[in-house]
Amino acid sequence: MNNFVWWPWQTPHRLIAAAPAPSNTQIFWMLGGVIGLLAIAYAATVLLKRYPEGTLNPALIERFIHRIRAWWIMCAILVAGVLLGRVATIALFGAVSFWSLREFITTTPTRRGDHRALFWTFFGLTPLQYVLVGFPRDLYGLYSIIIPGYAYLYISARIAFAGDPKRFLERAAKIQMGLFICVYALSFAPALLNLRLRLSDGTPWGRDSYLANAGLLFYLILLTQLADVFQMTWSRLVGRRVIAPAISATRTWEGFLGGVTSTTLVGALLWWATPFHFWECACMSMIVAVAAFCGNMVTSAIKRDRGVADFGTLVEGHPGVLDRIDSICFAAPVFYHLTRYFFADLG
Amino acid sequence: MALTASFLALVAKVLSGARVRWIDSQPDPCQRVYFANHSSHLDALVLWACLPRELRQVTRAVAARDYWERGPVRRHIAQSFNVLLIDRENIKVHQSPVERMIREIGTRYSLIVFPEGGRTAGEDLGEFKSGLYYLAKKRPDLELIPVYMENLSRVLPRGEVLPVPLLSCITFGPPMWLEVGEPKTEFLVRARQAVRRLKEAQAPA
Repeated sequence: MNNFVWWPWQTPHRLIAAAPAPSNTQIFWMLGGVIGLLAIAYAATVLLKRYPEGTLNPALIERFIHRIRAWWIMCAILVAGVLLGRVATIALFGAVSFWSLREFITTTPTRRGDHRALFWTFFGLTPLQYVLVGFPRDLYGLYSIIIPGYAYLYISARIAFAGDPKRFLERAAKIQMGLFICVYALSFAPALLNLRLRLSDGTPWGRDSYLANAGLLFYLILLTQLADVFQMTWSRLVGRRVIAPAISATRTWEGFLGGVTSTTLVGALLWWATPFHFWECACMSMIVAVAAFCGNMVTSAIKRDRGVADFGTLVEGHPGVLDRIDSICFAAPVFYHLTRYFFADLG
Repeated sequence: MALTASFLALVAKVLSGARVRWIDSQPDPCQRVYFANHSSHLDALVLWACLPRELRQVTRAVAARDYWERGPVRRHIAQSFNVLLIDRENIKVHQSPVERMIREIGTRYSLIVFPEGGRTAGEDLGEFKSGLYYLAKKRPDLELIPVYMENLSRVLPRGEVLPVPLLSCITFGPPMWLEVGEPKTEFLVRARQAVRRLKEAQAPA
């Protein structure tokens, strides 16, 4: 495993120099594992559909099938990203952001006076954020501030100029929050590709290798999805004390604790795929699990407020993109910054 | 022209993120009149784009000449999707819009009409003009299909040029006809209610 001349996308100089490969093939092991698991899950759904007289609730099976389909798509996006490189991955995340922002704003009532601000939110600020993330040089100083700082100011000013004072604060806040969750927060997931990773003692890790960073991105997304599933499973199995019935009737303290514990455990066992040591990895997984859960709670609150079951209700009648990525949106900035401060060389 | 047409249909669908639903109704190439609420310049284009391709070729939207003949771009767009342009300003007795529509569709084309006349400001449905009634009276064989277009007024409201790509939903309802001897006002109220019912069917259960 010390070189992989057989990958067509390897840069020629790497082939010639035959440098000892850094530890960056982990992504293939993770991908292989996940695709294997998905295949098993898919087979299970086929069986479940064939024998409908089982004891399981058909609505539950339906949701499960949709979730698996979403995971296949996520896998496809990540595999495409691995094959096509950094810029393509960032562009794909940009497209996901654009679509989820679309769902978010569609669900939120807006007024005529918001039109111009919305136009620039979609076609100006959203692409700008991803261009900055995808810039050849790491422009952290810009892409970490442009939306919470300047887009914030711009949106409120643009709405004020449109001259409609009715529910001004509410309208500005809605657009800002949509942009923040769907675009800014999510963009920190592909921003992981910009980090020069190292171990906590300072040894470079997977240096100069796109695959190492892509592996970390994959790890983050895997964790958030595991956190979702574990939380739901624990809630369903032993859930008693509902956290906030008006916001989500199915999320319980038992599910939360069980979910966080399980995610921490599984995440720590995947330490070999990351620049973290075992215990560091456990801490990171725990934080990701908590953040992912917060994401679920926040988007649930928004959906309850709007009186919809899912962000995709209007569109497809089943969960939309934002329902699937809410946990990533909350976990990504936290994970990015922890990695940046403790496991990356700056400058 | 055909290329522009397919391209336009694609752009309209992507931009409006339109989801199409047929409630108690099916796409069919028989002669029909689709009548819909009108709140955006995109309405005619999106409704037309939401029809299957075979139907698009035999469906013509009725639109205002004064708007669609202003400038070469609009004129080209109007030609590509075969819009039936109607004078709003100088209506002559022998050249009434309904007469023209009937003449132009012959036994082949279906029509897209917006019986509110102009675009209404918000989500609310305006009163229907009588054109739909006269059309139905002269050609009682035409199937009248109510259509409700949601969110397009947010995609491109009145007086704006730049669209915001929200997700919209186009609902086609069950066909209706003018009953024998049905008075004009009653028919127009019934038609308006048919569209409004689709709006209510839109709300998630």
